Amino acid sequence: MSKIIASAAIRGAYKIIDQAEKKWQEAMDRWGANEPVGFPNTAYYLPVIYGILGVKVEKLGDMESVLKRCKSLLPPPVRENCPLPYLAPALDAGMATFFAEELLEAIRYLEQPDFYTKQEDPTDTNIWLGAADDVILRKRGIEFVDGTAPGFAAILGAAPTNEIAVKIAQDIQKSNLYTFMCAEHNGERFAEQLVEAGVQIGWPTRLVSFGPDVTAAVFAAGFAIRVGFTFGGIGPGEYRKHLIYNKDRCFAFAMPLGYVTDEWYANALGCVNFGFPTIADTPIPEILPTGVCTYEHVISNVPHDKIVSRAVEVRGLKVAAAEVPVPVAFGPAFEGERVRKGEWYLECGGNYTPMVEWVTTKRMDELEDGKVEVIGPEITDVPEESRLPLAIAVEVAGREMEEDYEPILERQIHHSINYAQGIWHIGQRDIAWLRITKAAFNKGFRLHHIGALYHAKMHQDFGRIFDKIQVTLYTEEDKVKEIVEKARAVYGSRDARIEGMTDETTDTYYSCTLCQSFAPNHVCVITPEKTGLCGSYNWMDCKAAYEINPTGPNQPVEKGEIIDAKLGQWKGVNEFIYKASRGNLDYYNMYSIVHDPWTTCGCCECVAAVLPLCNGVMTVNREYAGETPCGMKFTTLAGTVGGGISTPGFIGHGKYNICQRKFMSADGGIKRMVWMPKMLKEEIADRLKARAEEVGVPDLPDMIADETVGTTEEEILPFLQEKGHPALEMESLLG
Amino acid sequence: MAEAETKSIDSASVKMIEKAVRDGVNTAFDRAETMKPCPIGMVGSCCKHCGMGPCRVPLPKGREETPEEKQKRRGLCGATAETIAARNFIRMVAGGAAAHSDHGRGVAELFLAVAKGEAPGYEIKDEQKLLQVALDWGVEIGDRSNQEIAIDIGEIALSEFGKQEGGVLFLRRAPLKRQELWQREGVAPRGIDREIVEIMHRTHIGVDQDYRNLLKQGVRAAIADGWGGSMIATELQDILFGTPAPVLGRINLGVLKRDEVNLIIHGHEPLLSEMIVVAAQEPQMLELAKSKGANGINLAGMCCTANEILMRHGVPLAGNFLQQELALVTGAVDVMVVDIQCIMQSLTTVAECYHTKIITTAAKAKIPGAIHIEFDEHNAMESARAIVKTAIENFPNRGKNIDIPEEQTDLVAGFSHETINYLLGGIFRASYRPLNDNIINGRIRGVAGVVGCNNARVKHNENHVAMVKELIKNDVVVLQTGCSAIACAEAGLMTPEAAAKYAGEGLASVCEAVGIPPVLHLGSCVDNSRILMAATAMVKDGGLGDDISELPVAGAGPEWMSEKAISIGQYFVGSGVFTVFGVNWPTLGSNEVTEFLFKDFEAIYGGMWAFEPDPIKAAHLMIDHIDKKRKALGIDKARERVLYDMAMRRELT
Repeated sequence: MSKIIASAAIRGAYKIIDQAEKKWQEAMDRWGANEPVGFPNTAYYLPVIYGILGVKVEKLGDMESVLKRCKSLLPPPVRENCPLPYLAPALDAGMATFFAEELLEAIRYLEQPDFYTKQEDPTDTNIWLGAADDVILRKRGIEFVDGTAPGFAAILGAAPTNEIAVKIAQDIQKSNLYTFMCAEHNGERFAEQLVEAGVQIGWPTRLVSFGPDVTAAVFAAGFAIRVGFTFGGIGPGEYRKHLIYNKDRCFAFAMPLGYVTDEWYANALGCVNFGFPTIADTPIPEILPTGVCTYEHVISNVPHDKIVSRAVEVRGLKVAAAEVPVPVAFGPAFEGERVRKGEWYLECGGNYTPMVEWVTTKRMDELEDGKVEVIGPEITDVPEESRLPLAIAVEVAGREMEEDYEPILERQIHHSINYAQGIWHIGQRDIAWLRITKAAFNKGFRLHHIGALYHAKMHQDFGRIFDKIQVTLYTEEDKVKEIVEKARAVYGSRDARIEGMTDETTDTYYSCTLCQSFAPNHVCVITPEKTGLCGSYNWMDCKAAYEINPTGPNQPVEKGEIIDAKLGQWKGVNEFIYKASRGNLDYYNMYSIVHDPWTTCGCCECVAAVLPLCNGVMTVNREYAGETPCGMKFTTLAGTVGGGISTPGFIGHGKYNICQRKFMSADGGIKRMVWMPKMLKEEIADRLKARAEEVGVPDLPDMIADETVGTTEEEILPFLQEKGHPALEMESLLG
Repeated sequence: MAEAETKSIDSASVKMIEKAVRDGVNTAFDRAETMKPCPIGMVGSCCKHCGMGPCRVPLPKGREETPEEKQKRRGLCGATAETIAARNFIRMVAGGAAAHSDHGRGVAELFLAVAKGEAPGYEIKDEQKLLQVALDWGVEIGDRSNQEIAIDIGEIALSEFGKQEGGVLFLRRAPLKRQELWQREGVAPRGIDREIVEIMHRTHIGVDQDYRNLLKQGVRAAIADGWGGSMIATELQDILFGTPAPVLGRINLGVLKRDEVNLIIHGHEPLLSEMIVVAAQEPQMLELAKSKGANGINLAGMCCTANEILMRHGVPLAGNFLQQELALVTGAVDVMVVDIQCIMQSLTTVAECYHTKIITTAAKAKIPGAIHIEFDEHNAMESARAIVKTAIENFPNRGKNIDIPEEQTDLVAGFSHETINYLLGGIFRASYRPLNDNIINGRIRGVAGVVGCNNARVKHNENHVAMVKELIKNDVVVLQTGCSAIACAEAGLMTPEAAAKYAGEGLASVCEAVGIPPVLHLGSCVDNSRILMAATAMVKDGGLGDDISELPVAGAGPEWMSEKAISIGQYFVGSGVFTVFGVNWPTLGSNEVTEFLFKDFEAIYGGMWAFEPDPIKAAHLMIDHIDKKRKALGIDKARERVLYDMAMRRELT
């Protein structure tokens, strides 16, 4: 019965708004109206309030108008007999609940600054993470954009037992979704249950412990709103667009576990505004007719073993779950797991043993598809906490297979191994590093499963470009060293070939509209000398992706007639941009930051900005949360340039792109680079050095200022002058 | 069964019919017994348009007419039975369109006076709608004040009636495809008055004598009513008095109070009644009432004025057209104040048997024997006070013969098409999507507009209630106005609880989810324009075709009697809606004309008329039509749930 739900939700809204008003009054008495308030490191203020009402809450005093709005949204209680229509007022009350919860949580940040860890992971003493800051949002948001994480489950309360909690969490992980956790039931909380059961929680494993109270549910709504801001290009106060965007594109739902209180109902109705349905494990009333959500609004009494699959179905989501023949859970949600010392059974690579991964092409008749061999000791042949050398040698064959695809398939070894629960992998080629946990070993995971899962995953994702795949795992040192030698020779020739490719000698570029599921107007054009601005795709990846899925988001773009060789503009590219941006843009330049530069979605790795005083350019990576010389933090910058518009003076770009030859080549290229965060400079140090030598300024890396020099133009200019930075001598950047 | 029980399904009415008999009062129920309708006039076969007639051209009874007989079936001037039936029919349209539109003109005049600050006591209450109409009509908004905008709107509104060319502005609100059809068929009205005058001209002796051409003009004038005069009335009333929102009300004769001054407001316009509502709450009036021994002042509405003040203020509603005399029979009505339309002249005669005073207020509608207190927009409050005072002062004159039936029912009213939009998604997600969605998924089979009058030739309220119950039982959501809405409210169909009790499972589940009755009260009879806007909103939300004629909807007037009902039906048909009427059909004297309205119209307008006196059978004609439309839309079969992957999301625009 909708009426029971609406009545309860309206009661719950009254309670939460009442609570917010009291808290606010106390805070006002203590700090006064001018006290700054907000969630940590975000450009979106209190995001639900900012997105829906367009109101920036920056100070305690700003909350007054929001509280007034909450009260004006509060409908009278639902009458028992002959009630007035209640669904719409209850939806309004649900939204007002979110506003009030944001106020409550913002006041909590003020009162108890250390209540939340304010980072990606729990600490030893605190499991509650609080609101995602913009760094986490952008990093994780990309997974929403590229589809590796199509949405989230907002869990309130606790499961009846820890085992059931673990099962539900794992089912959600297997569906590639994030789990956002808050609120308690009978003194227990879902996040605590997972920790007790030894599950690793935090953003890397997609099990996000927002907060202990029901009010932390609003962090999920705020995350959804900010996805619309960052990737959808939706503005403050455009409430209808925000909500429809989430209904259509963000596959989230609420999952209350345990007794549904009035306050929970109020939150559930708030979620319905976003098109997020509620799937409960208790026999609460249901709302089946569709409309505000895509399908049912409230479904109840679902058994725990079916609750996740039912939720996914009710939300209307098609989950591409990989069926992989391994004895552990498998999916992108497990990619972020850590395996610490003491947890692993077997370790390979790192600096301890040689390890290498190598994909090579063979003739069809040379291979037996699916054959996996372990040459040398298996994991069962060695005791706990052993180390072994390892070579993963993959042989591929097929009519469509090209040598150029080898590195693409090779890079997938990392992802596919990491998708397995309890297996940890970093690096690639001859610097790979692998750990297999005792837990995975106990579940039956063996070295040969690496071959099996890779074989299965590659057939699912890349089946169009090969027919057969065979994996051999060597664990004897001399064999491994032999493979390393062969592989290194191949790596060298591959690198030389890629480095040799130029935009001029290539007629076909590729588009990338992968993120149009979330950023409908943005379109990337990727050339051999310009990788995608999210850092995920280079020209070769796009080519392979097109071969694999000819109707997919990577399409060939014949560059056609040159319109401007210096700025990087071609007739064919322009035509493509016009079509793919749905008429929003008719051209942009590929080699300039100043003259009608390319557009930026919300998922760029870095944002570069012109610094007029220094006659140069700065860039900042999204992991860097501090101030920059252009006066904006990364998140504000990304908010300014995102959304599929061309913004002269600003570009989003990938980290790799910085050292590519065509990066801002029309404006003077890398020699214009005057500032970047230290962490970024360190990350790209090798390539930056090489590029600096190439342009004849070998000391350039040392001339580029960072935050230790300053975070304003005035602060860094004397440094640049002292170092004799080439930008100062170049023609005026702004013309 | 006692005789009175054959006359109404409403027990309060039955009691009062019985009391009338005891009191020796003659009512419409008696007159319906003693005077039968003229069988020739009833079917449209009597022409009295010139001094050579009346000419009667009836069909032979009980058999096919021979070609010779058909040849002879003509008026003196040579007009065929077809011409005569079509003339009579569209003169009814002209009468109805004139009534609605003149009502609209009255509102526009008041509106302009309010805008100019010349009508004290009135104000612009709904700014949002003011701006909406300004946008619709291309009135500059910019930094202009509401008053400046309102003056422009008032002037444009008034000029809509008298304009010669350029077309009625609200036509632009219709779905594009419908506008194109109207242009193509030559039925887009040029101005409002012009089309009505042209009917009077064309139906004069010796002018238009092709029934098809006559009926086409009927469509044009009717569209000028629905998308012109009526819509202007509704929109400007909303701006002045507020767009209705859901409100709890009570209905039926039981709302009259023994210990309070009972003032019944009867008729159609809300202009004066809005002021009476204010005057009746003034302390000096309450004081005066107390001094006369009354415990308060009880306002109650009747007919469409009642619908207006119920929708906006929750003022209780005493009854519909056939209950107007019965209200007086209670002996407890101190004043019945009337304005225009559907006022029985017999009220003064009935009132003579009790202490009741009848007050007429419109210069264009006077009744001998009534007190006349003319409504003056420049001094509306004074008129209102005079009326309330008259009622209070009459309270001590009540006789001993008082019997107020206890029947009264709760209802939820106030469903404007804007409110429906809100109710389906709240402030932040308002849209018609949930309605369209649930029509597409089959929980709701379709939408019916059941409207119109009471007709003393059939049992009071029976057709309305039977038809509407049958429709909702079959998952058709029903939108209502006028006396039909009052009938169903009295039967308890307008409470949210009615959904579980009477509606089919699918419809009931949607009603329960939203918290609405299965039968929605959209207002007075000029407010049928709200149904046109609701239908347009459904088209615009998508998934149910590109025109009103493609929607799974139907209309009905099961107890119609007024010319306004014919005009309403005709503009629904002209807007693409299948519309079925009961009681009798005014063109049955000509098979060709009837055939043209019932069949050929569909090919031209996508909507057509039908006649079916049995309300259950009529409901099934509507359901069949709805099913036909569902099939054409391809929503007659259950659909698989669509699960979205990332590629499908990228395709979304």
